[in-house]
Amino acid sequence: MSDAQSRIAELVKTNHIVLFMKGTPLFPQCGFSSRAIAILDRLGAPYQSVDVLADLEIRQGIKEYSDWPTIPQLYVKGEFVGGSDIMMEMFESGELQQLLGADA
Amino acid sequence: MAMAASEIERLIKQAIPDAEVTIRDLAGDGDHYAARVVSSSFEGMSRIRQHQAVYAALEGRVGGELHALQLETAVPNSETNQ
Repeated sequence: MSDAQSRIAELVKTNHIVLFMKGTPLFPQCGFSSRAIAILDRLGAPYQSVDVLADLEIRQGIKEYSDWPTIPQLYVKGEFVGGSDIMMEMFESGELQQLLGADA
Repeated sequence: MAMAASEIERLIKQAIPDAEVTIRDLAGDGDHYAARVVSSSFEGMSRIRQHQAVYAALEGRVGGELHALQLETAVPNSETNQ
């Protein structure tokens, strides 16, 4: 495993909820990341965020890690959940609340 | 970099022949699209797999040439197909 891949694996493993995004929760740098943050804030579950713009290795590596071409990416309990569109669908159907609330 | 909506639709249908594709140009700039793709081939696939199938159809353009593609996938006539 490359350095980036093992760093990602560690982040995903050690944080219950982690969002890889562009920018920070306070200053998201992309509409999709902004939408993902809005959903997480609305649900009120504590989460860790990783700014991929501040780390090019992670930015490239996360796409390979999940075989997913875009950012943001949400991971819960070590599992890839999806990007902002899937988060929105799951939020609207109540699935995301359930997933995050399970033992958040 | 811009990409025509017709090209997005063509690529998706090329890979997923039964797909019903609806595309909206969100900003009118040929660079921010929303696509809804309905196909029976999605049956039994997780949402992640469904989206990955569409991304694969677009042959690496998503996240590159095609920056913003809001994606929604569904199986025809399913309960969750709103």
